[in-house]
Amino acid sequence: MNRTSANNPSANRLSAENVTLAYDQRVIAEHLSVEIPDNSFTVIVGPNACGKSTLLRALSRMLKPNQGRVLLDGQVIQSMPAKKVARTLGLLPQSSIAPDGITVGDLVGRGRYPHQGLLRQWSSEDERIVRESMSSTGVAELADRYVDELSGGQRQRVWIAMALAQQTPLLLLDEPTTYLDIQHQIDVLDLCAELHEQQGRTLVAVLHDLNHAARYATHLIALRDGSVIAEGAPSDIVTAELVEEVFGLRCQVIDDPETGTPLVVPAARQTRVAPAVGVADTSSTTEARDVRDGGDVKDAVNAAKGF
Amino acid sequence: MKAADNKTPRKKAVRDEDVRDEDVRDEAPRSQDSSARPFRARTVRARGGLSVRFDVRSFTVVALLLVAALAASVALIGTGDFPIPARDVLKSLLGNGDTGQEFIVNELRLPRVLVGLLVGASLGLGGALFQAISRNPLGSPDVLGLGQGSTAGALTVIVLFSGNAAEVTVGALVGGLATGLAIYVLAWKRGVHGYRLVLVGIGVSAIVTAVNGYLLTKADLVDAARAVVWMTGSLNGRDWPQVWPLLWLCAVLLPLVLGNARGLRMLEMGDDVAYALGVRVERTRMLLMLAAVLLTAAATAAAGPVSFVALTAPQLARRLTRSPGPNLMAAMCMGATLLIVADWASQRAFGADQLPVGVVTGVLGGVYLLWLLVTERKAGRI
Repeated sequence: MNRTSANNPSANRLSAENVTLAYDQRVIAEHLSVEIPDNSFTVIVGPNACGKSTLLRALSRMLKPNQGRVLLDGQVIQSMPAKKVARTLGLLPQSSIAPDGITVGDLVGRGRYPHQGLLRQWSSEDERIVRESMSSTGVAELADRYVDELSGGQRQRVWIAMALAQQTPLLLLDEPTTYLDIQHQIDVLDLCAELHEQQGRTLVAVLHDLNHAARYATHLIALRDGSVIAEGAPSDIVTAELVEEVFGLRCQVIDDPETGTPLVVPAARQTRVAPAVGVADTSSTTEARDVRDGGDVKDAVNAAKGF
Repeated sequence: MKAADNKTPRKKAVRDEDVRDEDVRDEAPRSQDSSARPFRARTVRARGGLSVRFDVRSFTVVALLLVAALAASVALIGTGDFPIPARDVLKSLLGNGDTGQEFIVNELRLPRVLVGLLVGASLGLGGALFQAISRNPLGSPDVLGLGQGSTAGALTVIVLFSGNAAEVTVGALVGGLATGLAIYVLAWKRGVHGYRLVLVGIGVSAIVTAVNGYLLTKADLVDAARAVVWMTGSLNGRDWPQVWPLLWLCAVLLPLVLGNARGLRMLEMGDDVAYALGVRVERTRMLLMLAAVLLTAAATAAAGPVSFVALTAPQLARRLTRSPGPNLMAAMCMGATLLIVADWASQRAFGADQLPVGVVTGVLGGVYLLWLLVTERKAGRI
């Protein structure tokens, strides 16, 4: 929880400086710089293959930048001990496998790994924090159930509980709502908002739904082709022009009747048949086609085609 | 391919109904064995922040398997052309027997049983490591072609150089290690992944099998007979020179492996989760794979490619402990028990040194594999 060894106390805890990100030879982003404001709920949006998951991987030190650096508390993240990073920065990845026959309590308990050692395997604090994490995500009553018996929404809450048990001030979430129905999407996002507001954690999430992003984010980063097109509070930056520029989609932006945040309403098909003026190049339309597949490999392949 | 595979559980689960409101206790009949506790393991805590966690069921399984392995060993020592009752075997082992029996027990039969125990334990542990790393029950050394690689090494020495027993052992060791290295290099692409490892292993296995076939056709009759006996996997005539290297290797590798077991357990949940939890994924995986290759190659060098122990022991152990996680100790003890029991069974049924132990484990393992495929198919996993 404490800020350790920050060279520059005014800087944000997590940032990417001028990074070039690539899978093998496929360059996803060049000279990209991003700051994650402390205590924000930052949401990264953009069309498929724009590099948003890749950016999240770089921020969580799973992808080493070819150039530039990712800084955590003023230190280059790759140079820090793995467990120390894991005590500061948590990640809920897209791909996670629940081992066969594991209970919810045991899975959430595995989130304590970075705080444990060979002779400190399960302290009473570990147990307390795991119970707290389960109750704050609403899975406490499922503690002795097997994870593979749970529904998708419950399962996602369990994985979030595991990330919470890690007790990191920073938490990154890679498409936490994918594959969930609308009720569970809102459920998970409400949970994130609570974690942000009540526990003061800095959250960074990649989301596909622009309206969810506008509703829940305190800070929005819009990416296209590996560059930041706009960033700031959603009410300041989400405009019809921005959506058209980032997603190549003509739309109206109105006030959300529930929250007053920007609400993106795509233009009717008839009015979109006429080619959009000067926007929507071929790459972004292909990328926007399949909203569901966000896998990194696919991202990389699509990006390679796009470039 | 990996990303798509890993997503399926979540995708599938979304279709299930949300059962949150229903009574949880009644809904979970499978939880009975964990007596409705959220955490399976028990914890022992000492002052100064020390705490050790263990799973009672796994612990019991390991203890029972150890007892079974030792009991089977005593029975095996007592079996042969000159049968010795269990009580006299124990007396002789402790140095209180009569001279004749002590000679038979300690000089003739003990080393062979020790080789059996060590080979079984190494294969069980190596298999558990491979299966955990590949996250696939088929990702075991038998299927990956490590046994075939050792065979190629041994055959080369037998057929091309007519080497003695010690040279054959070295050849088998080199063959196994080279195959392990080849599989690792070929399967490596930003980390070794389960399916790729299995597929590459099957490919390597096919190639090496072909080479072995070629070597056999080149051999003269005496060498070919010797080679075939070696290839079946047998404990016949194993003596102290086979015991010591295996014992030392196990003594070095076991602490190393167990020290990394917690990281391996995190790896079960996927590379990304393991990274996020602070596991040094590549380092852990490489270290454990190297240990597994060494264990398997050394065991194969000592007893020949005893089939299916590495495949079945971890799966049987897992079904007994009902615990997620690699179950390393249980798999190791299960391997030792399986091999000794198989050897004892073959001696009882067919007489001393008639049927190599590899034939028995092969038959048992084949039956087991079929059973596994059928039940997994019923469970909808294959």
